[in-house]
Amino acid sequence: MIEMHEVWKTYPNGSAALQGVNIRIDKGEFVYVVGPSGAGKSTFIKLMYREERPTKGSIFVNGFNIERLKERKIPILRRQIGVVFQDFKLLQQMTVQENIAFALEVIEAPAKKIRQRVAEVLELVGLTDKAHVLPGELSGGQQQRVSIARALVNNPVVIIADEPTGNLDPETSWDIMNLFEEINRRGTTIVMATHNKEIVNTLKKRVIAIENGQIVRDQRRGVYGYED
Amino acid sequence: MKISTLMRHWREGFKNLGRHGWMTFASVSAVSVTLLLLGAFLILAYNVQQFSLQIEQQVEMNIIVKEKSNRADVLSLERQIKALPGVKEVTFIPKEQGLEQMKQRFKDNADLLIGYEEDNPLPDKFIVKAEDPQQTSALASKVENLPLVKEVNFMEETVEKLFSVTKIVRNAGAAFVVGLSFTALFLIHNTIKVTIFARRREIEIMKLVGATNGFIRWPFLVEGLLIGVLGSLTPIIIIGIGYDYLVRNVGGVMYFYFAPLDPLIYSVAGILLGIGALIGMIGSVMSIGRFLRI
Repeated sequence: MIEMHEVWKTYPNGSAALQGVNIRIDKGEFVYVVGPSGAGKSTFIKLMYREERPTKGSIFVNGFNIERLKERKIPILRRQIGVVFQDFKLLQQMTVQENIAFALEVIEAPAKKIRQRVAEVLELVGLTDKAHVLPGELSGGQQQRVSIARALVNNPVVIIADEPTGNLDPETSWDIMNLFEEINRRGTTIVMATHNKEIVNTLKKRVIAIENGQIVRDQRRGVYGYED
Repeated sequence: MKISTLMRHWREGFKNLGRHGWMTFASVSAVSVTLLLLGAFLILAYNVQQFSLQIEQQVEMNIIVKEKSNRADVLSLERQIKALPGVKEVTFIPKEQGLEQMKQRFKDNADLLIGYEEDNPLPDKFIVKAEDPQQTSALASKVENLPLVKEVNFMEETVEKLFSVTKIVRNAGAAFVVGLSFTALFLIHNTIKVTIFARRREIEIMKLVGATNGFIRWPFLVEGLLIGVLGSLTPIIIIGIGYDYLVRNVGGVMYFYFAPLDPLIYSVAGILLGIGALIGMIGSVMSIGRFLRI
C-alpha cells in the first residue's frame, strides 16, 4: 500500500527533515504517526501525496512510484488519496455540498453520480441537513466532518490526516475519531499524524514515532509515549 | 473535456464574479478606465486619419500642355497619361473651358476678358489625381517626360510638408494605440494577479483534491473573459454618448467634419470588446501560472 525505502529529505535551507526512513503500511491498517514538533511528521505525511519530493530514496503509494511521477500525473495520484488537515482546507466560498462535489467534478463524474455520492457521504458524516451551508457558518467539528466527507467521496484507498483533531475540543475530537474508526472498518487505510495523547492511548492502533527525522519506534497497538 | 465539465467551468466563472464581488469590481474598473482611454483615442485617431485623407484627396497636379499643340496630339497625350500606373483620374480642361472658368471667377470684371476668345492665351491643361496621393511627386516626374508637356505644377513643397505631417500623426497614433493596449494588459494583469493572490489558498486546496492545472485554469479564463467584456461595456456607452454629443453640438473643426457616430461606434465597440476579452483572458492566465506549482 505505502512503502518507503531509505527516504531522505533535506530542505533547501539545509534542514534534514527525514534521514533514512523505511516503512511499510498495508491495506486496511490504521496508523498513528507521533513525535515532537519539527521531528519530521509533516514531511513524512507530505511525501505520500507528493506535496514534497524526497531528496533520496523511493516511495510507492498504491502502486505509484512517487519520485518518478510526472508533474502531469500528480492529480491522478491525489484522486486516490483522501487528505484531511488540521485547518480543514475547505473552499470558503462554496457550500458544503459544492466542496464535497468538487472532488468528483475534477474526475468529470456524471452529475447524477455526483449528487448520489455526495448525499451518501454527507449521511455518513451526519451533515445531511447542512448541505447548502457555507463552511464559515459551521463549527470546527462540523467543518472537519465536511473535509472528511470530501476525502471519502472518491472512495480512496487511503486517507492521510495531518493532525485532524488539532483544532478541536476533546469531545468533538472523539466524534471525529469515531468517524475515522468507522471509515477504517469499511476497509480504508488511515495514516494520521497526531499530538493527541489521550486518543492514541485509548483507541489503540499501530504507532510510528518519528524523532530527528528517523523512525524510533513502530508498535502494533502502541502508546503515545510522550509527555505533552 | 466533457460538455458538462465545460458548462461547469462557465458556471464557476460566473459564480466567481459574484463570490469575489469587490475584486470583480476592482478589475472591471481597471479595465474600464484603460479601455475608455483607448476608445477615446481610437475615435481621435480615426478622425485625424480621415482628416489627413481628406486633405490628401485634394492633392492634384496641373499639367500644362505646350502651346500650339494640335487637338489630336493632346488627345493622344491624355491616353498616355491615363496609361501611366498609379493614375486615378484625369480631367482635360481645354483652353476654351479654362477661359470660361476664369470669366466666372472674375464675375463682375468679366468684360476685361472680352476679346480673348479669338486669341486665347491660356494653355490646354490636364488635372491629374494620383491613386495614392503620396505618390504625386513620383508621378509628376514621369508626366514631365511625356512629349507636349510644358510643365507640371503641384505645389511640391506644400504637398511634401503636408505628407510628412500626416505621416507623423499616423505613426504616433499607431504607437499610441499599441502602447495603450499594453498598458491596459499590464493593469488588468496586475489587478487579476491581486485577486488570484488572494485566492492562492483556494488553488492549493483544488490541487490537493486532485484537480489538474487545466481544470483550475478554466474558470479563471472564463472569469477573465467576463471581466474584460464587462469592463468594455461602460467605456463603449460613455464613448457612444459622448461622441454623439460632440458630433451633434460641435460638429467639426474648421472645415473638417467629425466622422458620423454610425458606423464608427460599431467598429470602436467591437475593438474595445475584443481587446477587453482578450486581455482579460491573457491577464488571468498569465497571473495564475505561478500559483499552480503546488
